[in-house]
Amino acid sequence: MERFDPERRRVLKATAVAGSAVASAHLLLQAEAATASANATRLDTAATPHHDVRLRVNGTEHELRIDPRMTLLDTLRERLHLTGAKKGCDQGQCGACTVIVDGRRIASCLTLAVMQQGHEITTIEGLGTPRNLHALQAAFVKHDGFQCGFCTPGQICSATAMLQEIASGIPSHVTADLTRPPRSSILEFRERMSGNLCRCGAYSNIQQAIAEVAGVDADEIV
Amino acid sequence: MKFDEPAGTNPIDQLKVVGRPADRIDGPLKTTGTAPYAHDRHDVVQNQAYGYVVGAAIAKGRIASMNLEAARAAPGVLAIVTADSAGRLDQGERNTARLLGGPEIQHYHQAVALVVAETFEQARDAAHRLKIRYAPAKGRFDLEAARDTATIPEKTGSGDPAETAVGDFEGAFRDSPVQLDQTYRTAYESHSMMEPHASVAAWDADGQLTLWTSNQMIAWTAQDMAKTLRIPRDKVRVMSPYIGGGFGGKLFLRADVLLAALGARAAKRPVKVSLTRALMPNNTTHRPATIQRIRIGAQRDGHITAIAHESWSADLPGGGPETAVLQTRALYAGAHRMTALRLAEHDLPEGNAMRAPGEAPGLAALEIAIDEISEKLGIDPVAFRILNDTQVVPDNPAPPDPDKNSDQTAPEARLDAGRPRRFSQRQLVRCLETGAERFGWKRRRSKPGSVRAGHWLVGMGVAAAFRNNLLTKSAARVRLDRRGRVTVETDMTDIGTGSYTILAQTAAEMMGVPLSQVDVRLGDSSFPASCGSGGQWGGNNSTAGVYAACTQLRRLVAARLGFDADASDLAFSDGEVRTASRSAPLMLATRDGPLEAEDAIEYGDLDERFQQSTFGAHFAEVRVDAYTGEVRVQRQLAVCAAGRILNPKTARSQIIGAMTMGVGAALMESLHVDTGVGFFVNHDLAGYEIPVHADIPHQDAIFLDEVDPMSSPMKAKGVAELGICGAAAAVANAVYNATGVRVRHYPLTLDKLVQNGLAIA
Amino acid sequence: MKSFSYERADSPAAAAAAAARVPGAKFIGGGTNLLDLMKLQIETPAHLIDVNDLGLDEIESTDDGGLRIGAGVRNTDLAADPRVRNDYAVLTRALVSGASGQLRNQATTAGNLLQRTRCPYFYDTNQRCNKRRPGSGCGALAGVSRQHAIVGSSDACIATHPSDMAVALRCLDAKVSTVRSDGTRREIPIEAFHRLPGDTPEREHDLAADELITAVTLPPPVGGTQLYRKVRDRASYAFALVSVAAIVHRDGRAQVALGGVAHKPWRVETAERELARGGDARTTAAALLAGARPTRDNAYKVTLVERTLAAVLAQARESGS
Repeated sequence: MERFDPERRRVLKATAVAGSAVASAHLLLQAEAATASANATRLDTAATPHHDVRLRVNGTEHELRIDPRMTLLDTLRERLHLTGAKKGCDQGQCGACTVIVDGRRIASCLTLAVMQQGHEITTIEGLGTPRNLHALQAAFVKHDGFQCGFCTPGQICSATAMLQEIASGIPSHVTADLTRPPRSSILEFRERMSGNLCRCGAYSNIQQAIAEVAGVDADEIV
Repeated sequence: MKFDEPAGTNPIDQLKVVGRPADRIDGPLKTTGTAPYAHDRHDVVQNQAYGYVVGAAIAKGRIASMNLEAARAAPGVLAIVTADSAGRLDQGERNTARLLGGPEIQHYHQAVALVVAETFEQARDAAHRLKIRYAPAKGRFDLEAARDTATIPEKTGSGDPAETAVGDFEGAFRDSPVQLDQTYRTAYESHSMMEPHASVAAWDADGQLTLWTSNQMIAWTAQDMAKTLRIPRDKVRVMSPYIGGGFGGKLFLRADVLLAALGARAAKRPVKVSLTRALMPNNTTHRPATIQRIRIGAQRDGHITAIAHESWSADLPGGGPETAVLQTRALYAGAHRMTALRLAEHDLPEGNAMRAPGEAPGLAALEIAIDEISEKLGIDPVAFRILNDTQVVPDNPAPPDPDKNSDQTAPEARLDAGRPRRFSQRQLVRCLETGAERFGWKRRRSKPGSVRAGHWLVGMGVAAAFRNNLLTKSAARVRLDRRGRVTVETDMTDIGTGSYTILAQTAAEMMGVPLSQVDVRLGDSSFPASCGSGGQWGGNNSTAGVYAACTQLRRLVAARLGFDADASDLAFSDGEVRTASRSAPLMLATRDGPLEAEDAIEYGDLDERFQQSTFGAHFAEVRVDAYTGEVRVQRQLAVCAAGRILNPKTARSQIIGAMTMGVGAALMESLHVDTGVGFFVNHDLAGYEIPVHADIPHQDAIFLDEVDPMSSPMKAKGVAELGICGAAAAVANAVYNATGVRVRHYPLTLDKLVQNGLAIA
Repeated sequence: MKSFSYERADSPAAAAAAAARVPGAKFIGGGTNLLDLMKLQIETPAHLIDVNDLGLDEIESTDDGGLRIGAGVRNTDLAADPRVRNDYAVLTRALVSGASGQLRNQATTAGNLLQRTRCPYFYDTNQRCNKRRPGSGCGALAGVSRQHAIVGSSDACIATHPSDMAVALRCLDAKVSTVRSDGTRREIPIEAFHRLPGDTPEREHDLAADELITAVTLPPPVGGTQLYRKVRDRASYAFALVSVAAIVHRDGRAQVALGGVAHKPWRVETAERELARGGDARTTAAALLAGARPTRDNAYKVTLVERTLAAVLAQARESGS
C-alpha cells in the first residue's frame, strides 16, 4: 500500500546521494531533503498486538500502527526514520537518545511510544537543519563541541531544554541557595548536562558552546 | 610517492589552509543529526530485518545443547544463526577469539547466536526464548594469580622486542644511593565509545556482500571478513563514513558485522545488527589490566643511573601483552636499563588496543614512579624530569644493524655501541617549562597535604607525555571537476578525529582552492586504501597520502595548461596556477573533462634513522574532600610538541578528549572482574563509570611550534593519543600532593584514600 | 521484552480495577526503571496500565500543614516546588542528586519508591540472584560487591535500594498512601514500606498486586538544617556509594537516614538518641551500623559512613551558627 507513495520515492532518491559519505557544504541540501521527508510509515504485519497511535513530532502528526513494545526512540528511528536521536545504551545511561517532550528533555529509550500520544515531541531534526542551524548547533560547530558526533544530537537537545529549566527556576544539585531561582553558570551547566555522556571528551568545548548561547562568561569558573 | 629523505619546502608550507583552526566540515551534519551512522542507514538498502545478538552465559566451557524451537516459532522470526548453522568459518587474522562461539565457549558473552526477525522487538523477544544449556569448565580469571605463570610473549603487537637491557641494571641499581622499587596496578578498561558496534549487511545475487558498519580500519575489516567467510576479498565491500567513536575498540572485524552478514545470508534479506550496551565490555575488546614493577636508582644530584620497568598482563591464549614498558625505553636518560613484558594466559575476554595502548597504562605507572623518586631526592618533579632528559634514545644508542634484522627479539642486537640514534624532534623540556609557567607550578607546595580550602585538600601534579609517531602507507584519489571542485576519496575513516576536515584542508592547500570547494569521501573499501584510524597514525599518514595524490593531480593540471610541472616557481593558489611569467585559472584545466590522480605515500627508513616521537607535559590540579576522599579535577593543562598541527581546533579537541579519558582512568574507570565466574561484572554505562560533564573542568591544551621534516611532507606527527599519555599520572600525583596518601592502584577511588590514612583534619 | 497489552487508565480506581482484572499487570508511570527491566525480561508484565492520566500530579497542602505529593508528580517538579525547597530542603537535595535531568523529568514519586536494585548480578540474567530467581543463590556475596549493602543484609541478598528520594522521605517520616480495587485505602509509614531481604529478597514491599500508590504525605515542616550528602565516584549521574540525609536541630537533636548501605533507607533510633546525647560522628555511625556485615569489597563503607556523617554534622554546625 506504500508502493506508490511519491513522498517515499523522493526520499529514496535523495538519500541515495546523501548516503554516500560526503561531507561538504553543497551536499547538505540533499541530506536535509532526506530528513525532512523521511516520514513514510510502514506497517508491520507480524502477529503481535498493535496499537494505533498518533504522534506529534516536530510539528507534524504521524498516525502509526505500532507494537506497544516500541520505545519512543525506536519509533522515531525505525518508523519515522528520524535517526538523529541515537541509541547509545537503550538503558537510560548515556543520554544520546535525548528528545524534548512538552518542553522537557527525556530519555526516549525509556518511554513507550504509546505513552507519548498527545504530547509535543521535538527531536534534533526539529531544532535546525544543516543550512539553518539552531544557535546551539552553530555554537557547537564553532567551539568544536563534538568529535565523533554520536552523542551530539542528544547533547544539543539536552542543552536546549536545560537552559529552559534554569529559566523556569528548577534547581540542581549545585544550586547553592534553594530559596532563590538558580542562575545560569558553567557550574550549573556542567551538573545539569551530566546525563549526556561524551566519550570523545568534548565536555570542555560543549560548555563553551552552551555558555556562548546562554550569554554566560565561560571564564567565570576556570 | 616515496618519502625517504627529509621534506624540503613544499606547497603545504604556504599554510593558507593547513594549520588554520577551520571548523569541521562535517559539523553541520553531525550537529543536526543528519550524518549517517551505521544504524541510521535506512537509505542504503530496503527491507532490512533486525538481528539480535545472544552472548554466552558462561566464561569457559561448551554448549551442551541448544533448543531453538521456541525462538523459531516466535512471531516475526526469520532466521537464527548459530555456529551449527553458520557453515564453516575461518578466523580473522586480527581476532584472538572466534566471533561466533560454540560449541566451545572462549569467554563470557562470546556471541553464540543471532536471532533475525521482522522487527527489533520481535528479535529481542525471540532471543530470550533460546534455550541453551552449557557445560562450564574451570577457567583462569585472576591476573594476580596468573602472574607467576607469565612468560616472555612471542609477539608484542607493535613489533618491539619483549625485553631490552643496556649495561648492568642490577648492579647499578644496587649501588645507587637513592632507590625506588614500587609496584603499580592499572585496571581493565572499556572503550565505551558512545556508538555500539553496529552494521547493516546485504548480499546480492552474485554473492557480493555489502556492509555498512562502524569501523576504524576499512581494509582490515574487508580482509578479515573475507577470510572469516572464506570468500574472495573482492566480494566484500565495507562502508563506514561516520563512526560514533572507536578508541581502538573498532579496529577489527567484530561480532556485529560478521553476524549481520551471516544473518543476511540466512534470512535472504538485508539485516541490521547492533550490539546491546550490556554485551560490549565482555563481547568486544578491552584494555588489559597491568601489574608494573618499576625500579629507579639515582645519584643524590638527581641523575638516574638505573631504571627498570617490568609489566605483567594476561590475555586469552594466542593474544598479546599490554606493552606498558615501551616508553621507558626512550623517555629518560640512565646508563643502566632493563625492561620486560610478561604475558600470562587467562580466560577473560580478549584484550586489545585502547587509546594509546602501552603508553597510557605504562606512563600511568612510570610517571608516578618519577614523582616518587623526585620526592625522595627532594627535587621538584618538573626539574627532575628536565635533569634526566636525553636527546638520544637511551635504550637504543645505535641504529639497528641491517644484518641483524632477522634477530630482532634478541636485546643484544640493539645494543652495539656506535652512532647514537637521535630523535627527529624532542621538545620535552620546553613542554615542561612552558607548562610549569602557564600552570603556575611555582605555587605548588612540595609538602603534600599542605593546601587546604575549607574541607577540600588541594594539590598539583605533573607528568610527561610520550607517544611514538608511526609511519604507514596511505593512498588517496583526488579529482578536479569542471566546476573546479576537488573531490578526495580514500578509505580513511573519521572517528571524531577530524579526518574529513584535515584531508579537505590538505587538498585545498595543494590545489590552491578554498576549503569550501573540496569534498571528502571516506570510509569506503572501493576507495584507495589508507592507513586507517588508530595509534595516532591517521592524521599524518592520511594527509600525506592526499598530498601524494594531489602532487600527481598538479602534474596533470600543469600539463593540461602547458606549465612545466617541475618549475620551481609553479604555484597553485587562489584558484589559479601560476609561475612568475604567467597564470591560468585552475578550472581551465578541466575544460575538456575532469582530471583524476591516485597515489600513495610510502616511507623509506627515516623512522629507523631517527626516532620519531611526540612529547608533552600534563599538569593537573585536584581537590580532595578531606572527609569522603572524593577527588575532583579543578584544572588541567597539556603542552604538546607533535610536529606541525594541521588544524589547531580539531587537534586541541583530540588532546582535551584524551585528557578526559585520562581523568577517567585516574579516578573511576575499572571493569571489575568476578574472578569466580569469570566476567566483567559492571558491563553497562551505569556500572562502568566514565567521566561526565561535572567531572571535567575547563581544559587547556597548547601546542609548541614544531615542524618535523622527517615525518612526512606534511611535517606533522600523530597527536590524538598524546593527550592521554601521562594524563592519569598527573592527576594521581596531584592527589598525592593534595593528601599525602600515595595510591599505586588505579583508579584512585575514594575507598583507597579513606582506608589509607586520609586525614580529615 | 515480552508482549503485553496496554491500557491507559483515567482514575486511580480504574487503574486498581484493571490491575485486579488482569493477572500479571503492572502500573507504568515514568517507566525509567520498569522498561529497562522489561527489555532484559527481568520484569515480564502481561499487561501495562499507564497511570499518567490519573490526576495524581498535584502537590497539595494538608490540613495539618504538611504536604500531600501525588504519586505521579515528576521528580523534577517535586524538587522544584517552592514549599519543598523551603520546608523540606532535604527532599529537594536528595532528588536533584539522583539520576539525570532527563530521568528526573520522567520518573514519578511512586516509581522512585518502587525502583529496584542496581545490583549487577540482579541485572545480568545469566548470574545467580535470589531476588530475580529465588533460590538461585547470590552472585554478589562471593563476587564483586563494592556497591553493596553492609547492614540489614542476609545470606540471600546484599543488594541496596538505589533511591535518593526515599532516603530523604525516611528522614522526613513520610507516609505512603495506596488504594486497592475494592476501594480499600491505607497509609504506610515509610519505615515500613520497604522490606529487608531476609530469605525473600524478591519481596521488596508489601503492596498487593492491585494496590496503587496514590500519594506520599509529608508531616508538617520540622525546620532544622536539612542536608543531603551523596558520595559517589563521579561528580554526577551515579548511584550513591553512601549517602546521608540529615535534619539537624540547634539543640543537637537530629534525624539521620543513610542511603547506599542497605536494602532500604537506613535509619536507627539509637543513633539519633546518641546524637541528641551529644554523640559524635564516630559513636553515631557505630550505632547506625551496629551489626554491620561488610564484605571485603565494601568494608570501606563503614569508614565512609562515619566520615560522611562527620562532614554533614560539620556542615550543619556551620550553616546553623
